[in-house]
Formats: sequence, structure tokens, C-alpha cells
Amino acid sequence: MSIFHPKGNWYRPPTGAERLWVGLALAWCLVMSITMPWWHFQGKQNAPQTTYEVDPSAFIQRVNQFVETNRVGEINNVPIVEPEPGGDAYLLGQMWQWYPVLKLKKNQTYRIHVSSADLQHGLSILPINMNIHVLPGYDYVMEITPTTAGEFSLICNEFCGIGHHRMTGKIIVEET
Amino acid sequence: MSTETVKAAAHRVCETTGLSIFLKAQFFVKINAVLAVIFLLVGGIAALLLALTRWSNVMLLNDIWYYRMITLHGVNMLVFWIIFFEMAILYFASTTLLNTKMFSKKLAHVSLALMVAGAVVTNYIILKGQADVMLTSYPPLEAHPLFYLGIILFAVGALLVAFNFFATLYIAKKNKTYEGSMPLVTFGAATAAIIAVVALLHGAAALVPTFFWSMGWMEMMDPGVYRLLWWGLGHHSQQINVAAMVSVWYFVATISTGAKPLNETVCRGAFILYILFINLAAAHHLLVDPGLSSEWKIWNTSYAMYLAVLASMIHGYTVPASMEVAMRRKGYNKGIFGWFAKLPWKDPGFSAVALSAIIFGFIGGITGVTLGTEQINIMAHNTLRIPGHFHATVVGGTTLAFMGLCYYLVPLIFQKDFYMKKLARIQPWLFGGGIVLMSFGMSFAGTYGVPRRTYDSDFGGAILETGFDPIAHIFLGLLGVGGVIAFVGLLLFLVLIVTAVFFGPSIKGQKMPTWQSAREQKMTDDLISIGYEEEGKDYHIKTPGTIVLVLIFLLSFAIYYFANWAALADLWHIR
Repeated sequence: MSIFHPKGNWYRPPTGAERLWVGLALAWCLVMSITMPWWHFQGKQNAPQTTYEVDPSAFIQRVNQFVETNRVGEINNVPIVEPEPGGDAYLLGQMWQWYPVLKLKKNQTYRIHVSSADLQHGLSILPINMNIHVLPGYDYVMEITPTTAGEFSLICNEFCGIGHHRMTGKIIVEET
Repeated sequence: MSTETVKAAAHRVCETTGLSIFLKAQFFVKINAVLAVIFLLVGGIAALLLALTRWSNVMLLNDIWYYRMITLHGVNMLVFWIIFFEMAILYFASTTLLNTKMFSKKLAHVSLALMVAGAVVTNYIILKGQADVMLTSYPPLEAHPLFYLGIILFAVGALLVAFNFFATLYIAKKNKTYEGSMPLVTFGAATAAIIAVVALLHGAAALVPTFFWSMGWMEMMDPGVYRLLWWGLGHHSQQINVAAMVSVWYFVATISTGAKPLNETVCRGAFILYILFINLAAAHHLLVDPGLSSEWKIWNTSYAMYLAVLASMIHGYTVPASMEVAMRRKGYNKGIFGWFAKLPWKDPGFSAVALSAIIFGFIGGITGVTLGTEQINIMAHNTLRIPGHFHATVVGGTTLAFMGLCYYLVPLIFQKDFYMKKLARIQPWLFGGGIVLMSFGMSFAGTYGVPRRTYDSDFGGAILETGFDPIAHIFLGLLGVGGVIAFVGLLLFLVLIVTAVFFGPSIKGQKMPTWQSAREQKMTDDLISIGYEEEGKDYHIKTPGTIVLVLIFLLSFAIYYFANWAALADLWHIR
């Protein structure tokens, strides 16, 4: 009984069905343990690793410079910016928008630097549903290759104050 | 039970189990359970309001109160309700099950005062509107210092209860109040207490400097470091809940069906796996965080988490298998599942625990391990899939198991009987069913990318408009409906418990009234009265039903896991 005291030497390795299940469960855990590193080398979708330390004000400066040099238009007063394929792009999370709007080309790879000007934010690309966490002081570099064209929304999915549910942005992906 | 050694301490002998209940410890079991239920009500009211706000056709609250209620809900449910209840379990498992008085009544009073003060202060400052920071309070988001102070006071109180628990284990051993080893339920409670110490130390490392920062005495902690430390508290706390919940599964399995652990070595070994290998599982909250390498993330999730997963999968077999053996010993041998149909489903304590195991395993466990995979987390982080997962573990699992325990706590400790027994029988189904619907609504809405902790799923008033597929809104409706049903189940639970504890007929000096037929209860009593049996005595009894159940579980797990990898392959390339 689970409420009574086992007496004597009660050590006994599992036998029968119990041993079978422990073995099966362990095998399944090993399968899962191997799948993750395997995908790390073989898969195309992995959590970005590259991070630089950055002061929020320095990051804002880089964003502004990036917007000035690569600006191609405007939507609702938010600049649309087209980075060079293969080049660096900047995306700033701030209370309460993602800035600027990025215009990318399908099947081209970009290094998108993401950071926050103020609080923690969650970058969520919709409707494809890709999400990363954004911290102030951390320049997080996503090496990203859009494989589908169209207009994609950015929203924030980490609570960042009372305007959190109005924090949006946009990525436009053009066919090449 | 040797009564000589305990003469010094005032106690009574339980008419149902024959165990000694020490009156001082009994007071602390009662008061902690009552406080737990009070905070469950506070958190529950907040839950209802939240469900009716995320239901996008209703949107009951305004934005300020929505965020305030999330904070209130998280703090009261995940901290105050669950930990107060776990304190009751610690007092019970260390005294009654070890046949000893508690180590220190004074210490118990001090810890109680600290915990109550902490809980009251935190709730006050949240409701005053000066701590709209969510449970996680991620800096640079800043709350009023009393928010952090309240939680710190509460945590110190809980730490003292854990100390009292360990000291009680020590004096029981020293005074030889029991022969042999401690019972499995106490072993599980000790597991929970050990993990609690680790969790609370992480919590102190995160929250004490943050409290100092809010007072202006210190620089702000690095937000990334804070997340690492905070999840050392946040994730470990869930492992306290799991260990406590599994102990409750074993306890209720014994008392409702007469089950005994098939193999003490395996059951205890699985508890030890929790202690050893959950330590780094905080990592799976940081899988898409900057500043951490993939090696770190993959190692800390797969190595540490999967051995803890193994532990849960072992308990997921041993608990039903022990019941199957007990049922077959009673003669329910028809086919593979004859025993399953004859389980005491009319006993709400049992049905709550059975549902808890099913919801925890099939929904909470499978989703949790899958979403905690580094790459799959890309399509889950901070979406509603995450609360969809943890409401199945911590509400459908832990809370429901604790509710089940209450159906025994009231007659055995408060010595009161229930009114409205027919309603009691449906309560676990109502609450569990509501949580399942809500969890499905959250999880499926989350697959569309609907974020958690977000007031307006339509982003009204944003500079750049966006929104979700109408189907996602149907799932948000399901979330709302499930939440309302679960709240009705919660309210019914509270009514049943309160009417029984305060106005129920006294059953002092009597056996606990049975929920089963007299014949079935007699068979259960006969099994329990055997007490500890030598290991392996009934091992010739096979458990084909449980094997089929766990194989269905493994198949569901594999399908869900690989379906998520398949979905991941459709995303943009990212590294």
C-alpha cells in the first residue's frame, strides 16, 4: 500500500510488463533526444543562435540608418524598407509597433537583426506562425529565407504594457 | 502501529484507515487546505472573467482589467492555491503516514503567518492596479515593490514549511515511530519538498534583486538572466506540482481501490528521476530566446527533460497497473478491460484522480514534451498553445487531483460528510470536461498563431491592421465555453466542500461513508487491511489492460510529435 511502510529489503528490478514498459518509454525518450540534434543539422528551421550585445539607443540608431538608406515607400506613415538580398536588415520592437515594414524577396536569405527599444517583446510572424523572443540589450540575428510570397503580419506576443494588443508590423515578400 | 511512542502527542486514530492523526498537525492540514480553497475561488473568478474576454464575441473586460486579471489569476492559481494545498499535503504526509507528531508547531505558525501576509499583500497591490506585470514580471516591466515583497514573504513561509517537513522526517526516524522505509506517498511528498527548495532558491535569486531594483537600491537585472532564473522557479514549481499530484494519485488509488505499488523500487526510482533531471528544464521556456546557444538548449531540454518525462511515463503505467491488479484480486477478471469498467467511478475522489491522470498524460504531457522541443517551439512560443498545454497539466492534472483528494480530506480530516452526493459525482467530470474543452480551444487557436496574454485578438486600433482566420475565432469561442463549464465545476466543488466542512453532518467516531456498494467497499477494506505485503506476492497477476492503455498513449504521443515536425518543415527557413 502506498500509505504503509515497506519492510525488509524491498529492492527488486522491474519484471514482466513493467520492465517492457520502462524499456519502451526509455526507447521513446531516446528517439526524441536524437531527433532534436538531427534536425539541428538536417532541418531548415532552427532557433537562431547569433546574438550580439547592444545598447538600445545604439540599436535604434542602426535601425534609423537602415531605414534612411533602404527606404522604398510608406504605408500608414510607417516606412517600407527593402534590404539587399543576402544582406543585413533591422527590425525594432517598441511600444507599440514593429518598425519598419520590411520588403523581402522570396527564396533570398536575409540577416534580420531584432531587438527591443524598451520592454521584452515577442515577435510573431503570421499567418505562418513563427515566433521568437525579443529582449532589450540583445541583438538577435535571424538568418531567414522566406519560402512563400505575400503580405505577412507581425504581432507582439509578449505582454508589453497596455498597448500590447495594438503592436503590429508587416513583412512583404515578393515573388522573384 | 506502536502507540507507546506517540503517547506524548495528542492524536486520534482514524476509524477508516487505522492511521494516527496528530491534532496539532491536523490543524495545519485544515488551515492550509481552507486557505488554498479561498485563493482557488479568487483565481477562479479571475479565470471566468478571462475566458469571457478571450472569447472574442464577448470581450467582457476592458483592456486594463484583462491584464490585471491575468496577473491575479496566475498568481492566485499557480502560487497561492497550489502551494497552500501542497503545504497541507506535506503536513499530512510527514505526520500521519510516519506516525509522528510534527517537528515544531511554532515554526508552523510563523510560516503560516508569512504565507498569509505574502498572499494578502500581493493580491492587494495587484487589485490596486500597481502590479499589472503578469505572474512572470519580466523586467524592464516594473511592479510596485510590494508585489515582489509579497511573493518573497510567501516563498520564505513555504521554505520554512519544507524545513519543518524535513525535520519531522528526521524526528520520526530518530524516534523510530515506524518500521521499515517511509511509505511511497511520503516519499513522493519528500520529492516535492526537495524540488520546492531548489525552486524557491531560484525564485529568491530572481525576485530579491528585482525587489531591490524596484526600491531603487540596485541596477535592473539583465532581462535574459532574469528569465533564466525566474524559470528556475516557474518550471521547478510545476515539478513540485507533478510530484505532489503523483503522490495523490498513489494515495487515492490505495484508499479507493485498495491498490498497492507493484514495485517500490520502480515507483521510487521514478520520483528520484524527477529530482535529478528536472533541474535544467527551465531551458524549454527559453528555446527561442537570444543569447543562448543551440547546444545549451538541446542538451538541457533533451537530456534533462526526457529522463523526467520517463519518470512520468513510468508513473503513468504503475498507477493504473496497481489498480488493475487490485481489481483483479477482487475478482474482476473479465477480459482486458472488465476491471476498468468496475473501477469505483461513482466515487468523486477516484474519478477526479482518474481524469487527472488521463488529462495530464494524454493532453498535458504529450503537448508539453512536443512544444518543449527546441525547433517546434518556434511555432508555439507565446502562442495560446502554451496555456493550452499547461492548463491540461496544472489544472486538468494537479488541480483536479487535489480536488479528488479533498473528497477524502473532508471526511477523514474534517470528519464531516457531504450533502448533494449526486452533484459531487458529476463535479470532476464537469470541471475536467470544461478544462479539456478550454485546453483544446487554446491549443487550436494557438496553431493559428493567436498569442497568449493578449486582450484583443483582432488588434483593433493598430497602425497596421491584422487579424485571424474565422476558424481561430471559433476556437476562441470553445476556449470561452470550456472556461465557463470549468468555472461551474469549480463553483460546484466549492459549494460541496464549504457546505460539508461548515454545515455537514459530523462523522466523528465513524468510518468514512462509502461512495461504493457495501460489498465493493468490503473488498477494498480487505485489501487495505492487509497492510504492507512482501514485494512480488501478487506479481503473477498480469496487467494486459494497462499495457493496452499505455500503448495507445505511446502511439498518440508519437503521432502528435511527428505531426508537429511535419508542420515545422513548412515554415520559412530560419537559423
